[in-house]
Amino acid sequence: MLAAIMVLSALAVIFGLLLGFAAVRFKVEGDPLVDKIDAQLPQTQCGQCSYPGCRPYAEAIAKGEADINQCPPGGETTIMALADLLDRDPKPLNPENGVPQEKTVAVIDESRCIGCTLCIQACPVDAILGAAKHMHTVIASECTGCDLCVEPCPVDCIDMAPIEQDILTWKWPYPENRLEKAS
Amino acid sequence: MSRETGATRRLWKFHGGVHPPQHKEISTTLPVSAARMPARLVLPLHQHIGEPAEPTVAKGEKVLKGQMIARPQGYVSAPVHAPTSGTIADIGDYPVPHPSGLSAACMVIEPDGEECWMERQPIEDYTTLPPSELRNLIREAGIVGLGGAGFPAYIKYNPGHQKAIQTLILNGVECEPFITCDDMLMREAPGDIIGGLRVIQHALQARECLIAIEDNKPQAIAALRQAVAGYDDIEVVEVPTLYPQGSEKQLIKVLTGKEVPADGLALNIGVVCANVGTAAAVHRAINRGEPLISRYVTITGSAVGAPRNLDVLLGTPMRDLIEECDGDLGRIERLIMGGPMMGFALHRHDLPVIKTTNCILAATAKDLPPQRPELPCIRCGACADVCPVNLLPQQLYWYSKHHNLDKVQEYDLFDCIECGCCSYVCPSNIPLVQYFRYAKGDIWTQEREKEKSDIARRRHEFRQLRIEREKAERLAKRNRKKSALKADTAMAERDKKKAEIQAAIARTQARRQAAMKEAEKRRKSFGKEARGPMDETPQQPDNASDNERKE
Repeated sequence: MLAAIMVLSALAVIFGLLLGFAAVRFKVEGDPLVDKIDAQLPQTQCGQCSYPGCRPYAEAIAKGEADINQCPPGGETTIMALADLLDRDPKPLNPENGVPQEKTVAVIDESRCIGCTLCIQACPVDAILGAAKHMHTVIASECTGCDLCVEPCPVDCIDMAPIEQDILTWKWPYPENRLEKAS
Repeated sequence: MSRETGATRRLWKFHGGVHPPQHKEISTTLPVSAARMPARLVLPLHQHIGEPAEPTVAKGEKVLKGQMIARPQGYVSAPVHAPTSGTIADIGDYPVPHPSGLSAACMVIEPDGEECWMERQPIEDYTTLPPSELRNLIREAGIVGLGGAGFPAYIKYNPGHQKAIQTLILNGVECEPFITCDDMLMREAPGDIIGGLRVIQHALQARECLIAIEDNKPQAIAALRQAVAGYDDIEVVEVPTLYPQGSEKQLIKVLTGKEVPADGLALNIGVVCANVGTAAAVHRAINRGEPLISRYVTITGSAVGAPRNLDVLLGTPMRDLIEECDGDLGRIERLIMGGPMMGFALHRHDLPVIKTTNCILAATAKDLPPQRPELPCIRCGACADVCPVNLLPQQLYWYSKHHNLDKVQEYDLFDCIECGCCSYVCPSNIPLVQYFRYAKGDIWTQEREKEKSDIARRRHEFRQLRIEREKAERLAKRNRKKSALKADTAMAERDKKKAEIQAAIARTQARRQAAMKEAEKRRKSFGKEARGPMDETPQQPDNASDNERKE
């Protein structure tokens, strides 16, 4: 009886130590769920979800503070992907956060730009090039179309232009079904 | 008629395939002639798979026939050459033959009519050149696969880490209805084809060469058999007519019995395929020093009075060619580049001929019945029976229709060669290939967006990091300044104290001296009064200075 208690206690201590060691040795830095959620978000960093960027929103979803339908740039695709990832029911986009819009790119009217650098400070992905009292320009390939630079511009020289299709980005349209359309 | 050779070689079969009506005889009655010189040639910079070419001449510059006017950008790319001598009239966006109907960057040449060639440098004996040099020359000549895909040819002629390949297949199958440009080329210029074949064979160090031709082209078979007489390592193989036998993987299966792995290349199983037109272009590039500036094009369809093949300069407007063949633009219901199975409809008549234009099909309702309304899928499985890649088109259709992009890839969507056999046999008139093209495009778009969002995430994280770092740097700088200021005030205080001490010392000394002088004076005046003051007085300052020095 005593021997059995001793053996079990010894085992408990050994496993306790082992688990304690493993918890320290193999500690996972950060939350892998946040990374997975963040990977599904479009990374426009526009803040329309009411969080200051995509990662804070991902953290809020992981904590259960935010719902999965607050990202207008991601639209239905992102909601479906998040629902799939988190095993929740998909729901329509929350209209309070905005409506999905056509993809755009910021364009600076360079003749009107006064070189104030306010837009450079606002750009979340460093896609605006320029210096104080020098003309600024947008690196179109890096622009996420978040339109955060439009608001701070004191001379309204930034416009959001729709991205034009060329033969490299063109894709075949969804086939039109005349019967289904008629019914 | 030439069953002996056909009988010795064993042929295999690929799965499925269809027998659409051929319509080939209508365009093979007239011999090939050079097309008329148009008023303007429009040359798109992107006539091939890969990166577009980059102009090397400016607007207004004079160019010679065969001169390179745009150079390749990157590895998978091809240059563009001037098809005739003339002036560069413009560089800008013009409508190009593409299913989207969009415009793209083009160079426009106004011919001067003199056909003045640049200096041509034919290679006298290509066997003396190393294969890499030959590939380079083929790249410089702007040669791309002329069978339809337009993949830069020189890349395919690189055996890679293998020293030599087993089989080089020359593809003269031309299985798609209406198209006859390869047939006519084989009939009229078999020597060019064999010349190019020898060059490619040398570049690849291929052990054997097979020229595959469908049995519906007896004249082409006869012409090539005659041309290869005397070569032991080249064999002309007659294959039974079946669509889509001209597709590379299917043809390899038929000739060698080997299957190209789904994620691999023909090269992986020791085979390289080239179109007969490409071989002829290689011959002209190496043995005559002429880059790719023209090609055979079939102009056919019921809207054309005299269907035929023409030797066309690249950049010639299709409308000119249709008119030259007594075509009636008003009667055309659908203008198609390529054939009825794999070609695509064009949005206008004035688009230029490019390197991949093998056929211009000016079709009326007689050639191509209008698309009948799509009915629900009845799961008959006819599409799976004819699929040459052994896919399940009805499953692919189901998932494509419902935008299930993960599932559609599980059913190997990307192995689909878009041959159109499934759409051809579908009793419900479902445009299956259109669904597959849509799904492929959607997947590519999503991948592009994913890539872009990854870049945006990295840039955003870097920006956060930079802002943090700058903040920390500012703080450190401020702290440094503060401590430096503190150190300064401490130093000043210490100096001040020192100075005070010094001053105090000086003061006490001065006082002491003054006291001593006073005492001296008093003593002397004392002595003067006793011994007479006059004799001692001049020594007094000396004594005083001595005293000071001692102190």
